[in-house]
Amino acid sequence: MVEFTLPKNSKITEGKTWNKPRGKGDWREFRVYRWCPETQDNPRVDTYAVNLEDCGPMVLDALIKIKSDIDPTLTFRRSCREGICGSCAMNIDGSNTLACTRGMDEIRGTVKIYPLPHQQVVKDLVPDLTNFFAQHRSIQPWLQTETTEPPNEWKQSREDREKLDGLYECILCACCSTSCPSYWWNPDRYLGPAVLLQAYRWVIDSRDEATGERLDNLEDPFRLYRCHTILNCSKACPKGLNPARAIAELKKMMIERRY
Amino acid sequence: MADMRTPLNKVRGLGSAKEGADHFWRQRVSALANIPLTLFLVATIALLAGKDHAQVAAYLGSPLAAIAMLALIVSATVHMRLGMQVIIEDYVNGEGAKILTLVANTFFTIMVGLACVYAIIKLSLGS
Repeated sequence: MVEFTLPKNSKITEGKTWNKPRGKGDWREFRVYRWCPETQDNPRVDTYAVNLEDCGPMVLDALIKIKSDIDPTLTFRRSCREGICGSCAMNIDGSNTLACTRGMDEIRGTVKIYPLPHQQVVKDLVPDLTNFFAQHRSIQPWLQTETTEPPNEWKQSREDREKLDGLYECILCACCSTSCPSYWWNPDRYLGPAVLLQAYRWVIDSRDEATGERLDNLEDPFRLYRCHTILNCSKACPKGLNPARAIAELKKMMIERRY
Repeated sequence: MADMRTPLNKVRGLGSAKEGADHFWRQRVSALANIPLTLFLVATIALLAGKDHAQVAAYLGSPLAAIAMLALIVSATVHMRLGMQVIIEDYVNGEGAKILTLVANTFFTIMVGLACVYAIIKLSLGS
């Protein structure tokens, strides 16, 4: 059966308080999930105090400040710090989002930070996204053609190009997929909203010649039809995309090609 | 843990079942049919509330009422089975338990459906 509670060794315990507010300033408390694979300890939630007057405006700025000034062992992924690489996806204040684009002023009180839900944790805020990226690879996210390649480029009308708007912007941060209960219960067989959005992006690309094969590969009770339109995906997407709509369009195409 | 299979091998698994659209479509069509048929059921219950056996039998003696009632049973049980199948596939992860529960779901639906159909026919034909 599906597990609704955490296994014994994953139960979260109260961690360490690293520092207290000192002197004047706009102090904010951060509660951060910590787990180290090198110890046998259960995961814990550590507490840090950060003076926002001495820190950038985004949650990622605070995490970087904690790492450089308070606790160098805190582990998280980050790269571009402007919402285009998808590295710093984590669960902040109860929602999956990018730490670099979530402003501290959007959060009231204590800032609670956990890794993306329902993924194996590598360390602290770093989830193991191996399965997620393998799923992305499985939908063959590249242009597939049989017609002899044109000398310059595959052409596409302006209208057909516009169909890719709202899809090509996906940065594969996994915020949507890891917010989806269906993906939590069947991550091994359900492709999840991010990968299905990518699949749709290639299915409707006017230049691609493998549309039918792509739909064949998706038509499966688990790969596609585990989506029950819960819509957490569209709510979570930090880029404002709508994976649920892409999945609905795929389901419509599955019917369209039958009748 | 380390089974040496590649992540892509695990994700591809046994491949696409190449079905699911039919299940999706039947669930929607039966849902659509359930709307008027359930309204008919509600109206019937309101109409027959407090009536005795003979009056109910007389009502169902009308071919229109009996056929609508049978249609409701077929549509509702088909819809029920499809819906329960999805729930089982969602939450029961062990292959053995899953297959057993799916079969039990089918048997249960057929028995409930047949019992209802039998009751309607018996009342309608007045035996």
